[in-house]
This record gives sequence, structure tokens and C-alpha cells, in this order.
Amino acid sequence: MTAGIDLGMPATQAIRSDEDVVRVRQLVRTTAVAAKLSLVDQTKLVTAASELARNTLIYGGGGAAEVTTIDDGLRRGIRIVFTDQGPGIPDLDLALTDGYTTGGGLGLGLSGARRLVDDFDIRTGVGEGTRVTVTKWSR
Amino acid sequence: MALDAESRSRLSRLLTEHAERLTERWTGLVVASLRGRLSQAELARQVRELHRSMIDALAGGLTDLADEHGGELRAVLSELSRGRARQGFSATETAISVFAIKDALLELIEQDRDAATLRDFLALSALIDQMGLFTFESYVRTRESLIADQAEQLLELSTPVVKLWEGVVAVPLVGTLDSARAQVVMERLLQTLVDTGSPYAIIDITGVPAVDTQVAQHILKTVVAARLMGADCIISGIRPQIAQTIVALGIEFGDIATKASLADALRHVLRLTGVETTSRRARREA
Repeated sequence: MTAGIDLGMPATQAIRSDEDVVRVRQLVRTTAVAAKLSLVDQTKLVTAASELARNTLIYGGGGAAEVTTIDDGLRRGIRIVFTDQGPGIPDLDLALTDGYTTGGGLGLGLSGARRLVDDFDIRTGVGEGTRVTVTKWSR
Repeated sequence: MALDAESRSRLSRLLTEHAERLTERWTGLVVASLRGRLSQAELARQVRELHRSMIDALAGGLTDLADEHGGELRAVLSELSRGRARQGFSATETAISVFAIKDALLELIEQDRDAATLRDFLALSALIDQMGLFTFESYVRTRESLIADQAEQLLELSTPVVKLWEGVVAVPLVGTLDSARAQVVMERLLQTLVDTGSPYAIIDITGVPAVDTQVAQHILKTVVAARLMGADCIISGIRPQIAQTIVALGIEFGDIATKASLADALRHVLRLTGVETTSRRARREA
């Protein structure tokens, strides 16, 4: 689970349309640049956010992303929490398998996003919505 | 404040009696607010039209701008706001054209301090406020449709297919590659392949800030479609951070050739087609 204290107010972006996915990407990129993440880490985090935001939109029926800059005393990081009130994921292991999709995509979004970040936490239950928390630390 | 029959007839008399002075003063105020960006003759025509349809609407039994007697007046107002929005005037500048009648009218009735006149003025003022709000709404609607048009034009603009060499076309992608743009890109590329009979296509993603699974899937589909038409595709513009992200995501481009830069991709294609490329300086030294 993510450690570290919050620095400043979290920025929240609602996810209701494709344009909002782009807005989440821009918000994450701006925050990552301000937190001085390297270009590679910025790109990885932005890509992970893009995948998770799109999942929130397509499978969760919309929701929100909350972006916070955090500090654990040694390094800075960005934490993003994606929440939706959708149907939830019945089989999490299956959903995290490369190439598995119920949509029509490549089936790499969720599993790929997990590999792109440092900490990855997912809470879900059928009918309870899904909450994904990811953190990327500066090196 | 609803208009009753009596005040309607008084108001319409007031507007008719002083028609000349009123429209002249009204036009003057509008001209001043727009600082000469529309001709006086044009503004005078608009003001006269608005003035006439206000009188007509009042004579027709108007109690509220939204009712059936206000149809003509609403049409004139939305025509006015459409024109202003398209000519690039601000919302305030548009609304002032309507609100200016209040000042003109107030100057007219100032010497007349009778209570009935004041009541009439207040009733008319409420109607003018409605007209102003309606103008504002039409203005915003026109602006929104302008923005939608521009978004569509941008979609077309931002996806050129260029011929790089005999038999080599390139698509430089810039910005976000969503489904709508991916569709446009694919159609353009496939059509250009047919039109030019090119056996090679280069898709350059230097200008795409993040390659996620959706972008990758759109690119892969475009490549497969081009292959079905007998053309070979090369993806260029894979920067280090993009390469690392693609690996972490687990996206596989299979046997599709990928290059770091557009120049590398072009050199690769030229070599495949048997064109010799040599550096002039190297030849001189040799």
C-alpha cells in the first residue's frame, strides 16, 4: 500500500467522456513535471493513467481521478486514485492476465498499467464499483 | 412583471411616437459600444428592424418573450446574435445592442415623472432583460456550433499524408490519436496508397505524446489494413521513453519494422527499394 504524506490539495478530474481521458492525461503530465519525475517516468505514469482512465470510462461507466503529489521523506511521488461506481470486476486474476479483454482492446491496459507504476492497488467487488490506486516515485 | 393590454398599448404608442429620436439615440449608443467595427448604416438598419418588431410584438399581444406573439421578435434577435457571434464580437457587445434601448428610452421619458410611465418603463425593462438573455443564449449557441465546426476542420487539417519519395508516403501523426482521428488517418492513408500506387508507408509518431494500448491498437489496425492492400508499413518516431513504455505495457509490434526517426525509416525504405544513399562528404574523402 502507498505510504507517504500528502503535499497540497489533490486535483480531481471527473471522467465522463473521451475528452476527460485526455484531461486526466494532461493533469497527470503537469503534476509529474512539477514533481520533477524523469521523462521516462512521466511517460510511463501518463500512459498508465490513460489506460486506467479509459477503463474507468468504458468498464466503470465513468467516475473520477484524483491526483496528489506525495512525499515519504526520501523522495517525491505522484499518487492517482481512480474510482467508479460500475459493476466491479468479478475475477480480478483473470482481468490482470495479459491479453484478456471483455471489451475489444488489446487486453493489456490493466496489467500493463500495473507494470508501468511502482505501487498498484485495486479494490473491487461485484456491484461495488472499482477503486484503483497507483503511485510512481521519483528516482 | 407581465405586460397588461393597457400598458402594452401605451408602450407601443411611446415607441411609435418618438420612433425617429429613439432609434437615432439607440443606434448612437450601439455604434459607440462597438467602436466603429460595424458601419453606422448597418447598425441603423438592425436597430430599426428590432424597433419595428418590438412594436409589432406589443401590438400583437405579447406578454412574455417566450409566448407565440414573440416569434418574429425572437427571430430578429437570434439573427442579430448569430451575425455578431460570427463577426467575432463578444457576448457583452452583442447584448449591449439590445440593452441600449433602455438608456435611449429613459432619456425620452425623463421629463415625464408620472407614476404610470414609470410602471410602464419597468414592465418594458423586464421584457428587454428577457430579450437580452435570449440574445445571449443565441450567441452562445452560435459560438458552440462554430467551435464544433472548427474541431471538425482541425481533424481534417491535422492528418496529412505526404509523399516522401517515389513510392513512399508518410503520415506524421501529431497530438492525441483517438478513434475518430484514427479512422480519418486510416482512410486517408489507404486512399493515398491507391492514388499514388506506393508500396511503402511510414507512420511517424514523433508528435504523439503518449502511446497507450488504444493508440497502439489503432496503429496496428492501420498497418494491417495497409498490408492487405499490398503496402509495407514502417513505424517511426519511437523515442526512448515511448520504447520503454511500450515494453512495460507488453505491446508487441510483431514483424512490423520500427525506427527511431523518420530519416531512419526513409533510409530503410530506400535501401529496400535499391536506392543508393551515400554521404557526399564521405565520397569526396574516399
